[in-house]
Amino acid sequence: MAGGKFLPSRRRLLAGSGLGALLGPLLGRYAYAADTLETARNTHLPLSRKSEMSTVGRVDPEFNGFDPHAMLGDWDGGQVSRLADGRRLREYDIVARDREIEIAPGLRFAAWTYNGRVPGPTLRATEGDRIRIRFRNAGSHPHTMHFHGIHAARMDGVPGAGEAAPGESFVYEFDALPFGCHLYHCHSVPLKRHIHKGLYGAFIVDPDPERHPERKEVARSRLLGTPENADWQEFVMVMNGFDTNFDGENEVYAVNTVAHVYAKQPIRIERQRPVRIYLVNVTEFDPVNSFHVHANFFDYYDHGTTLEPTLRTVDTIMQIQAQRGILEFTFAEHEPGLYMFHAHQSEFVELGWMGFFEVQP
Amino acid sequence: MNARHTWPMIVLAAVLVLAIAAFVRFDPLTALTGGSVPAPPALTIERVTVDQDGFHLSVRGDGREPVQIAQVLVNEAYWRFEQTPPGPVARGERVRIDIPFMWTRGEPHELRLITADGSTFDHVVEVTTTTPVLTMERLAGYALVGLFVGVVPVALGMALLPAMRRFGTRGLGFLLALTLGLLAFLLVDTFAEALEAAERAAGVFDAEVMVWLVAIASFAIIMAFGRRHGTPRGHALAACLAFGIGLHNLGEGLAIGGAVAAGELALGTFLVLGFTLHNITEGIGIATPLVRERVRLPAWLGLVLLAGLPAVFGIWLGVRAAAPQWTALCLAIGAGAIAQVLFEIGDLLRRTAAGTAATWNPLAGFLAGVGVMYATALLV
Repeated sequence: MAGGKFLPSRRRLLAGSGLGALLGPLLGRYAYAADTLETARNTHLPLSRKSEMSTVGRVDPEFNGFDPHAMLGDWDGGQVSRLADGRRLREYDIVARDREIEIAPGLRFAAWTYNGRVPGPTLRATEGDRIRIRFRNAGSHPHTMHFHGIHAARMDGVPGAGEAAPGESFVYEFDALPFGCHLYHCHSVPLKRHIHKGLYGAFIVDPDPERHPERKEVARSRLLGTPENADWQEFVMVMNGFDTNFDGENEVYAVNTVAHVYAKQPIRIERQRPVRIYLVNVTEFDPVNSFHVHANFFDYYDHGTTLEPTLRTVDTIMQIQAQRGILEFTFAEHEPGLYMFHAHQSEFVELGWMGFFEVQP
Repeated sequence: MNARHTWPMIVLAAVLVLAIAAFVRFDPLTALTGGSVPAPPALTIERVTVDQDGFHLSVRGDGREPVQIAQVLVNEAYWRFEQTPPGPVARGERVRIDIPFMWTRGEPHELRLITADGSTFDHVVEVTTTTPVLTMERLAGYALVGLFVGVVPVALGMALLPAMRRFGTRGLGFLLALTLGLLAFLLVDTFAEALEAAERAAGVFDAEVMVWLVAIASFAIIMAFGRRHGTPRGHALAACLAFGIGLHNLGEGLAIGGAVAAGELALGTFLVLGFTLHNITEGIGIATPLVRERVRLPAWLGLVLLAGLPAVFGIWLGVRAAAPQWTALCLAIGAGAIAQVLFEIGDLLRRTAAGTAATWNPLAGFLAGVGVMYATALLV
């Protein structure tokens, strides 16, 4: 932030003059008392209700047309059909639109969106599925959908290969490979602006257990729709930020767009069921973002492209932009209560990226 | 004017009214601006006070459209706040923002308002400390400072009057020129302070233009008042001098009080004595028109208080962190008053020095006046 040009230079010169004998006794009596502020405020109320560090008010999901709580688990499998060779085909219709969204109570952001929401829909497929995306650009600028995955150069979704001018369309087609926790985003230029305006989303590819006989059970637990998977509480969290005054620094940080939304309304966790988080970092302007959970440790699968953890028993991980991974942990042995999670960059915490798991009895 | 000349005027006026109506109705500017670009929001944080509960901001709407304050940040953290009255802040309207905050003494705190459209408005409390509450005891303490800054030096300067009486015409010419130099310094200093305060004021006040206009008006009014019985001399001129210098000292008091309130200024003995030394020359200036006059004690005392006492009021107002437009207004009146005495002293000097060939004498006096003021200003 810029320093305040508040005082004339002459007064500034005076600052070092020291408390004089003339007024010393008088002024001394008024020594500062805020240090002795009542500590009674430090009760054990949930921080969400107690803390003064918070945005004020609530964001209206009606206005936004999307609810960050619903977003946590609304997987979009697309329209499913079978190809001639027996493979599964998933078809999606995605429209880019300009849309004003509310990212903190009362704070509006002129976003560019996929299907009217930020982050865009969480596309979820199984390893080897055929993906067909009918992309229509109803926005005011050229846009693309660039997938982090394996595909042909023609399907890359960059200027010159799969860019749709306003009013135009493009169909992306590729196989869902490799399995893991991925993302898609607009790759039109200027890139910074197109990403931070809101054009991104998670793209999750579940492993096909048949292809991983050596770790079939693990693969089955990751595959949406299996009984093994149903036991898990799965959430997608896209770490993002918004530069509302266009000074190249974010005024708001969040997971799934709305500042402090999971602090004000914690995410409910059933104690006995394990937790899996698909975590994606799309934060613009800052080199890294991070995730930290309180009073617990997790196994981490960087990019989600392995069935063995890439990190075991950690409580903090960091991700550069577009890095992502899967976190697995449990509260089964914990006592019920509110367990905080947040970026372990305090600045991000205080600008909105903080929430709670409310572990049920 | 007869009817033959009146009719064309009425027709012309009617045409102009119709043109304005058409302008409003068809809004041709939409074609220039595209019609959809909203005016940027504007807010001015006029004053910030600090107490045990936290920060209290006085914020004025400064944009064409009402501005909604969405969130408040302290040191880059969203913080709870209350706005009274709530709702969008209209142009010129003032609202209060209370932020509960356990601040750290002596450290800077960055306050930021973020409006509904994401624009940000910042204010830095440079060295945080409680804004002084004006108890009787404190009022007395600040009055003491004001006396040392304003009254004591003017009295000291005016106490030199008997010594000044021994000067001949040349000596008097030198003193008048010295006063001229002093006033030139004060004029520049007062304008600088006024314009700086104006820059901090909400744009809706157009305070920089206000400073110039008020200074000119103040000059003209005081000039007319001073000359209502002819050219002021003697006591009348000394009173004009004391009035102008008094307003300058009011500004000086505001600056000192404001700096104390902002925690920027540790009031020290040397600082206060520095102001005392700096302002002695003001007393000499006021005494100069009285060199050939018989001065009674009440008149002498009245002049001292007229010039010096405003420093006390200035500090009292300043510690309550007066909104910058009021500071600018006071200083602008002062600048006009100083310009008036500058004019009158110059006139007197011209008449006194007339017929003498001692051109170098007044020049030396003038330079001495400016030089002494500048040199002693370095002390503070």
